Formats: sequence, structure tokens, C-alpha cells
Amino acid sequence: MSAEDHHLHGDGIREPDQMLGHGSHVPAPVESIPPAPPSEPEPPPAKPPKRHRVVLADPRSRSRPTLRARVELEEQTSWGEALIKDLVKRQARTAFLLGLLVLLLLGSLPLAFYLSPDFAATRVIGVPLAWLLLGVLPFPLLLVVGLTYNQLAEDHEHDFVEMIDN
Amino acid sequence: MLLNPWALSAVALVAVPAYYLGHRSSRFASSTQDFLVARRTVRSRRNAAAISGEFISAASFLGVAGIVLKDGADGLWYPVGFTAGYLALMMFVAAPMRRSGAYTLPDFLEARLGSVVLRRFATTFMVFIGILYLVPQLQGAGLAVSSVLPVPIWVGEVALTVLVVINVVGGGMRSITVVQAFQYWVKLFAIAVPAFVLSAVFLSGGQPGPAGPLGSPASPMFARETTVVVPSNLDLKVAALTPVWVQGPGQQARHLEAWPSGMTAHIARGTRLTFPAGTATPVVSDAQAANSDWLRPGSGGLTDMLRTYSLIVALFFGAMGLPHVLVRYYTNPDGKAARRTTLHVLLLLSLFYLFPEVLGAMSRMYLPQLLVDGRTDAAALWLPSAVMPGVGGQVLGAVVMAGAFAAFISTGSGLLVGVAGLVSTDVFKGRVSHFRVAAGIVAVVGFAVALTLRPIDLSTSVGFAFALAASTFSPLLVLGVWWRGLTWPGALAGMIIGGCLVLAALAVNVVHSHLGGPTYWYSVQPALVTVPVAFLVTILVSLATKAGRPADVNSIMLRLHAPDPLGFMRDRMVNRFGRAAARVAGRGRHRK
Repeated sequence: MSAEDHHLHGDGIREPDQMLGHGSHVPAPVESIPPAPPSEPEPPPAKPPKRHRVVLADPRSRSRPTLRARVELEEQTSWGEALIKDLVKRQARTAFLLGLLVLLLLGSLPLAFYLSPDFAATRVIGVPLAWLLLGVLPFPLLLVVGLTYNQLAEDHEHDFVEMIDN
Repeated sequence: MLLNPWALSAVALVAVPAYYLGHRSSRFASSTQDFLVARRTVRSRRNAAAISGEFISAASFLGVAGIVLKDGADGLWYPVGFTAGYLALMMFVAAPMRRSGAYTLPDFLEARLGSVVLRRFATTFMVFIGILYLVPQLQGAGLAVSSVLPVPIWVGEVALTVLVVINVVGGGMRSITVVQAFQYWVKLFAIAVPAFVLSAVFLSGGQPGPAGPLGSPASPMFARETTVVVPSNLDLKVAALTPVWVQGPGQQARHLEAWPSGMTAHIARGTRLTFPAGTATPVVSDAQAANSDWLRPGSGGLTDMLRTYSLIVALFFGAMGLPHVLVRYYTNPDGKAARRTTLHVLLLLSLFYLFPEVLGAMSRMYLPQLLVDGRTDAAALWLPSAVMPGVGGQVLGAVVMAGAFAAFISTGSGLLVGVAGLVSTDVFKGRVSHFRVAAGIVAVVGFAVALTLRPIDLSTSVGFAFALAASTFSPLLVLGVWWRGLTWPGALAGMIIGGCLVLAALAVNVVHSHLGGPTYWYSVQPALVTVPVAFLVTILVSLATKAGRPADVNSIMLRLHAPDPLGFMRDRMVNRFGRAAARVAGRGRHRK
């Protein structure tokens, strides 16, 4: 469980993942900008002011797309909004389709029993089929659907983060 | 099985460690956050055990065996529905709800839609649901205690109310998590061991039980002369010509009656009925008489099928709206953990439910007298002594009793914490002392309702609580999480209409149970009608009131759905109450 633990803080807020965007790149060095000189009449300069080279961002830096993506998401630019809408649609489709599958499979049973009493009464290993279909088999079905959903949802999220990361 | 000393000691054996564990963790539970959310330091697997432990209520533990005894294959839908409801919770609601950072459902609704009016109504309905779910726990406790001691039902109800209040007021949620996890395993043990042992005894005997084989077209019959004291006014369906000695409530002598087949006998409360050996059992009017009907699902025709569909809808959509379920999700660290926890819960529940089903089926062969007095929910308690007379049966009966009490206490505590938390944060201002007062008030109200409502099957009354939850909260949750177009007038309209329809059905049901007369399937289980209506109303009114959409719906959806590593989750409790003092030194390990 330690993999979960390192995100925990006492207040329960999950901070952005430290590993986001940290591939193998080195953060760009940034030189400091000297403070603005006071706006009084200056004494005539003895020599030209020292020139500083300022680098705002390293073009090779890989953190730029990540932070920009997160900022775009947060500020709800149209690109950010489209991203999230896409993710929501994909997750919704998974959830609703799997839910529909479960409801259809389980929901067909009362109708089947009503229409065909013999079907319900057939015995399999001495136990009526209806009791197996209602009392034993639904549980593995629900578990399998649950596992599938969990895997798919985590995959969608992982893909999304990967996409953001690049 | 009267005055079983083993049963009392077994209950004590379960209750003492539970209280000890509760007390140990309660010494550290003194800030509001401690109380209400166990400070987010609970591990996922223990959380899953705690959720399952809390969810397995009297209805799951005793009620499933009882409804299988009474209704046969139709009763098997309850365990399936309970588990499927958790699947629905996981797929539609769990992760986004956790990411919203809201503590309770009304809190989530306010975060999602921005309306305080909606929050107030949501709190009100949630309190209704909580009390409607608490009442069967109390009635189940009353039934269980009066099976063991010769006391009236209210004694058990009082006992459970007191125990639950002490448990909750002492430590709130924090103490409860550890206790609940422990109690899941207690309950599993308490149902599995008797099921195994009794099945072994039954199968090694090689013969059908004394009341007749399960597949026969006849109703169960009494193997020996049996006396039943009728606890309340009942109607009995008579399947075959039945001779019976009847001693009326105030009378000294008994007289012989012969009930013809097809008759419905109206029996007054307190009547003693003595059936000679070999007579067919008359059954209460809502049970299946013939064993072959009992064996087949849906033998009641179209009404049975509609009631089954209604039950499926109620259980599938209702789990997400229960007060004691969603509250425990806030102890997860993030959305992904919330999903994983639910998966574990599915596994733990699946392990559990086979055993009460087996006990219920066996009770049909050994306990026909429960079909006469209507107390089918006591089946799991009486079965061990009926199958194995003697000390072995008594010990097993005590084990089941311990599990039943674990169920009552754990679910009762969970409900009380959930509802009292709501009342204290939304009605009062949320200090710890307010929580304790709220817990006391809710417990007393629940007890009063339990006393006044006539006891019906545990499963049926729990099904009603699910129906109310499904009709009020599930449209809001499902649509709120996945649809941007939900507006607060739409949500309000859907919740009010769905809730009022269900409460109207409940009122009709209560009136019918006092006056007699036919019960319609939708007054027993209205969800097939009310849930689609609630969804439809919510959608239509939302489409008609586009102005009611929250302005920041895009950032809300972002917060709900963005994967956890991106860090958009927020904690609304921190915003409201401030951070708890930094006493949490361990890194996510569950502190005592």
C-alpha cells in the first residue's frame, strides 16, 4: 500500500503527481533579472550597464507541454474543455454500456422464468436451474464486470495522463 | 430454543472486543474531522472490509434466509440486487464523487449545482432514508432477542438503540472503521460455519427434512405435534384439509377446528394453534404455500414478475443513495482508490451471500412453524437447533446470534453516524457536541418509528429504503456526474417527485396493513414506476430551465473527472472546518 501512501497528506488533498513531466530532462537554468532602477534623475552612467542574458524557458524543456496542458485545463480554454469532454464521454460510454449489459443479462431472467416455467425447473446437478442462475452465477458475473470496468477506467485515465504528458 | 445461555455469551463475546476496539480508537477521536471522516488515513483493504461489514445489515444476515424461506427462488433476488447496487455505485459514482471532495451527498449536490435549497431538501430526504433503514435493524434486534429470551419485542429494540448510541457517541466514524472491518469477518464466520455444519449434517442424513422434500407439490408439513402462538393479527392460507386445536386469546380451553382447503383463516393475536403431527402447514398470506411453487421463481404470475423487476431497479439504483454507504468513501485517498475499494467490496459481498441462501432453503424443510406465525426472519436463528437438537445446535445457534448482533450494531452505528453527521453539519453548526446531540435525537426518533410501525419482513422494509434512495438520489448522482445539462430546478423537481411517490406508496402500504385488503405490487415495491419517473422529470425540467446550470460547470466536470495525478481534487471539509491539528505523524498508516 505504500504506493498509495506517498500521495497522502494530513489534509487529504492529492497534490499533482511529482513525476508529471519529469522525464529525463533537466530544468532550464534561468538567470535572475536585476530589479528596476529607481526612477529619479540618474547620475550619468560611467559606463554602459552590464548586459544580462535572460532565458525564460529552455526550448528543449519537456515540462512546458505538461504545465501548459494543465494550465489550459485549469483555465478552461476551449482545448482544455474539449479534452475533458472527450475523457468524460469515453468513461461514460464504458460505464453505461457495461451497466446496460448487466441489466440485460440479469433482467432477462424474470422474463425467461415467466415465459417458460420448465426452463426454471430443469435440474442441474440436482439443483433447479433457477436457483443456480439466481443464487450462484450472478456473483462471478458481477465480479467480472467490475474487474473489466476497473481496468478500462484506469486505462482511459492512464492514456489521458500520457497524452497530457506528451 | 428458549433461554439459550450460549447465545447470550456469544453476543457478549462479539460485543466486548467491538467496544474495546471502538474505545481505544475513540480516545483519539475528538476533532470534528476525526469524527466524521476518520481523517482519511484508512487503508483501502480495511476500508473495503469496513464497507462490507457495515452493509451486511439485518436484512442481509437474517432477512435473506427469511425471505428465501417465505418466497423461495424469488427471494434470491435480494442478494443479487445488493451486490449489483455496489457495482452500479462503482461504475457511475465512486471515483467522481470522491474527487469532488464533498463529504455527504447533500454536500456533493451543493458543490455540483450551487443551490442551498437543494441541499436542504436532500438532507431531509436523506434523514428519511436513514430512519427507514434503521427501523428494520431495530425490529430485527427485537425479533432476535425475543427468540432467545421470553421478553417482548421492544426489549431488543431498546437494547440495540442503547448499544448503538453508546458506540457512536463514543467515537464516531473513526472508532467505527476498525470495528466494522472486524465485524465483517465475524459475520462471515457466523454465517458460514453454521451453513457448512448444517449442510454436512443434512447431506449425511440422506433424507429430506422432516417437513417434506423441497420439490413436492404439497406444502411443508409438521413432523411432530407443534404449537404456534400467533404474535399479531394474521391471515393464513390453507392448502389442504387441516385439523387444528385453536385456543383463542383469552380462552382457557381449546377446541378442534377443521379448515378446508382453499380457506383463508383470520387469526387474532395471541391465539395458540396446535397442529397434530402430519398436518400440512397453512402459511401466512404473502408466503408460498406449495413447495413446488416455492421452488420456482415467479410462480405468482405477472404481478410477481413486475414486483421482481421493481426490486431489481430499487436495489440496483438505491445503493448509491444510502447514507451509510457513500459517507465511508471519503476515507479513500483518491478516485482510483475509491474504485478499487468498491471492487474489494464486491468480492467480500459475493463471498457472503451464498450462506444465508442455503440456510433459508434448509429452513423450508425444518421450520414450517415459522410460516405460520410469520416470523420467517428468525429462521437462521432457529435452524441449528432444529437440525441438530442438543448442545451442538445450541452452540451453532449462538454463533448465528452473535453474527446477527454484529450486523445490527454495525449497520445501526453506520446509519446513525451518517444521519447524525448530516443533521449536525447541516442543521446544527457542526461542532462535536452537536454531533452527539444529533446522534441521540436520531436514535430516539428511529426507536419511536420502530415501535409504531408493524413489523414486516426485514427484506421488504429494507427494499423500501432502497426504493426511496433510488427515486430521490440516483437520478441526481448519475446525471450530475455525467451530464453537464443538469440544473438545480431539475434536480429539485426530480427528487421531490420521486420521493413523494415512494412515500405515498409507503403510506398506502401502512394503511393496507392495518385495514386489510389487497396489496398492490407497487405499494410494496414502487421503484419500477418511481425511478424512471424521477429520471424523466429531472431530465425534462433541466432541459426546460437552462438558466439553472451552474456557471462553473466546466471546472466542476474537470474536478470530477480529471485523473488523480493531475491534482484537481479538493477537500470541502477543509474549506469548511479548517485543517485538523497536525497530529497525523504516520504516513497514511491507520492510527489507533
